[in-house]
Amino acid sequence: MSRRALNLVKNGQPVALTELAPLSVADFREAILEAVQEGDRLACLCADTQLRLFAVLADDAGKTLRVVRTQLDQPRYPALTPVCPQAHLFERELAEQYGIVPEGHPWLKPVRYHRPWTGGEPQPLPLPGVMDFYRVEGDEVHEVAVGPVHAGVIEPGHFRFQCHGETVFHLEIALGYQHRGVEQALEGGPHPLSLKQAETAAGDTSIAHVWAYCRNLEGLAGVQVSARAERVRGLALELERAANHVGDLGALSGDVGFLPTASFCGRLRGDWLNLSAEVCGSRLGRNWLRPGGLQHDLDHTLAERLLQRLEQAWLETQDALELLWGAASAMIRFEVAGHLTPAQAREIGLVGVPARACGISLDVRHDHPFGPYRDHAVVPVLAESGNVHSRAWVRWRELSECHRYLAAALTDLGRTPCDPRPRPLPGLAADSLCVSLTEGWRGEVLHLAITDAEGRFARYKIVDPSFHNWFGLALALRGEQISDFPLCNKSFNLSYCGHDL
Amino acid sequence: MMHILLSRWRQGHRTLPYPKELPALPARFQGLPRIAAAKCPEACRLCAEACPVEAIGFGADGPSLDLGRCVFCPDCVEACPEGAIAFTGDHRLATSSREALVRTGTDSYARAEVLGEELKRVLGRSLKLRVVSAGGCNGCEVDVNVLGTVAWDLGRFGIQYVASPRHADGLLVTGPVTRNMELALRKTYDAVPGPKIVIAVGACAIQGGPYCHREEQLGGVASVLPVDLYIPGCPPHPLTILDGLLRLLGKLKEPR
Repeated sequence: MSRRALNLVKNGQPVALTELAPLSVADFREAILEAVQEGDRLACLCADTQLRLFAVLADDAGKTLRVVRTQLDQPRYPALTPVCPQAHLFERELAEQYGIVPEGHPWLKPVRYHRPWTGGEPQPLPLPGVMDFYRVEGDEVHEVAVGPVHAGVIEPGHFRFQCHGETVFHLEIALGYQHRGVEQALEGGPHPLSLKQAETAAGDTSIAHVWAYCRNLEGLAGVQVSARAERVRGLALELERAANHVGDLGALSGDVGFLPTASFCGRLRGDWLNLSAEVCGSRLGRNWLRPGGLQHDLDHTLAERLLQRLEQAWLETQDALELLWGAASAMIRFEVAGHLTPAQAREIGLVGVPARACGISLDVRHDHPFGPYRDHAVVPVLAESGNVHSRAWVRWRELSECHRYLAAALTDLGRTPCDPRPRPLPGLAADSLCVSLTEGWRGEVLHLAITDAEGRFARYKIVDPSFHNWFGLALALRGEQISDFPLCNKSFNLSYCGHDL
Repeated sequence: MMHILLSRWRQGHRTLPYPKELPALPARFQGLPRIAAAKCPEACRLCAEACPVEAIGFGADGPSLDLGRCVFCPDCVEACPEGAIAFTGDHRLATSSREALVRTGTDSYARAEVLGEELKRVLGRSLKLRVVSAGGCNGCEVDVNVLGTVAWDLGRFGIQYVASPRHADGLLVTGPVTRNMELALRKTYDAVPGPKIVIAVGACAIQGGPYCHREEQLGGVASVLPVDLYIPGCPPHPLTILDGLLRLLGKLKEPR
């Protein structure tokens, strides 16, 4: 079966489930494996209580998305993971959520340590962090366990290192401590709290998540958002990206002991966040977007004021970061740590900044353009070495792109009048599926909504970029010194709650 | 080296003069709500019906808004045809008790009190906090973290986040306390030597926030530990958090 025969979908445009004919389980597997063989990425694999399996395949270079589905007769099927490592965490998730056994999965451990969604009490009850960790045996091999509570102001997670002296042979990451039940909370929705839950799925990526959520609703309701509202949403997303990139670069400087940039960026990150707060009242962009358009727009005086503050923030950010690139002692630390090859990145389905740092051109804004990015293109920023330096460098170049984008957007937005408040959306299309992707500051944010006969969410799947990328951090640590873990970790800066949901 | 010194000069001294001067808050900042109960039409319940977290109740004095539940969304304000509810720019939201977070139509709002005499003697000049995220979305976490930057410089008030509970005088907790974090939170608390305090930051940590209906969480820190300070918001502004901490230590020179 060629992938050309599969159902094409567009980012944010719904498709009736009847148009997505279920494949046989064998064809479903074959379709995914062939597509991945040809270079597609497994962006999502999920199931529902009726044992339907859905997969989203992204051909990023060809700028297309495909959805395949199958119906299982019984809760088991031959696992994809042995030949397609990208599927590994998705298949663990299927087993944990719905008791669907991917037969032959080499690493079938819990993901979030919750009770099965199909009901019933498993014996024994899952306990977070209690699982069969991979162990290296031998003389002088030792194990280091870190977390769930970490030494900084940071979310919880457990890291288990297999070390020989300073050298890390293997790192296994056990998450799930942050599991709040976001996906299940959205089922039966949209509910009054759904928007807030989308905003807090990963609360430092509010805009990217809430935008993906809004686009699913708008797609399913058949509502077109005005060009102005799309532009303001782009402004919100790029401000979120800029603030986080500035914060990350400062924290990376701090992790190698280069304090001038660390101190300056700690403060400057706030200056970028405060730009968002001027429009919506919240530094994290809460209550900015709403389905159908915006909760908060900005008039020309505000746009002008923001433009001035943007230029000042950018000037000071450049000053702070040029110091970093000129500090040889910091650069040598960045260059030797946390190396990933492009082949590894492709194999595990890495997305976002870490993928681009391996030279893989992958950016939803460019590959599957949405909203303002159709008319106002963004060029993906790439680096080649796949190490901490590359991940820092990609952030730095993206900051420059953010600044260019924001300055143009603020100039244009100041010239046109504000939008009226959007009206409440009409009902959602029944028995349909909608996939919406945005490019958050960490990478691809995917929301997949499947509606029932009443137009309510029968299943709502969220894939934060961290879900793809945590395994990348584990691989980047192989053969490195354990003392470089904080630096490597910060160079990915992944979300715990975005993974745990 | 010269570059660093030059940058240092260009970047300037940026620590906020707070608490001598109040930093400018954005015009659309949502602080302490004001409820004009006199405007409420008879038997109107539109605000309560619109609230997604059941934060609005009705008593003899008209509507009341529970800031411990409130996620600071605009739904009640938009639902009210009379404009009876408005969020003001007042950032001072922290309280010492859960009950004090219920805002009514009266002007009074019982802000956080200073620690008892003995605790203030022990902790007042040096408060070391262990921060635990127990299901937080990294919203509260980042705004807690930001107090450590040069802009806020928490250290000048004698407050510091420390890496081990053994070095701490108390916990600062964010998140609704997920079932998966309950044990870790309890163990961290047990590891803090007494006397110790607990601070709940954000809507989740107070009552579960947007996840208050979910069985994967326990509905806030108070379900597990005794709480000494409640700081509402989703997330609270760094200034709101700092205001709460300084009130607790008796370091704000203004009337309550």
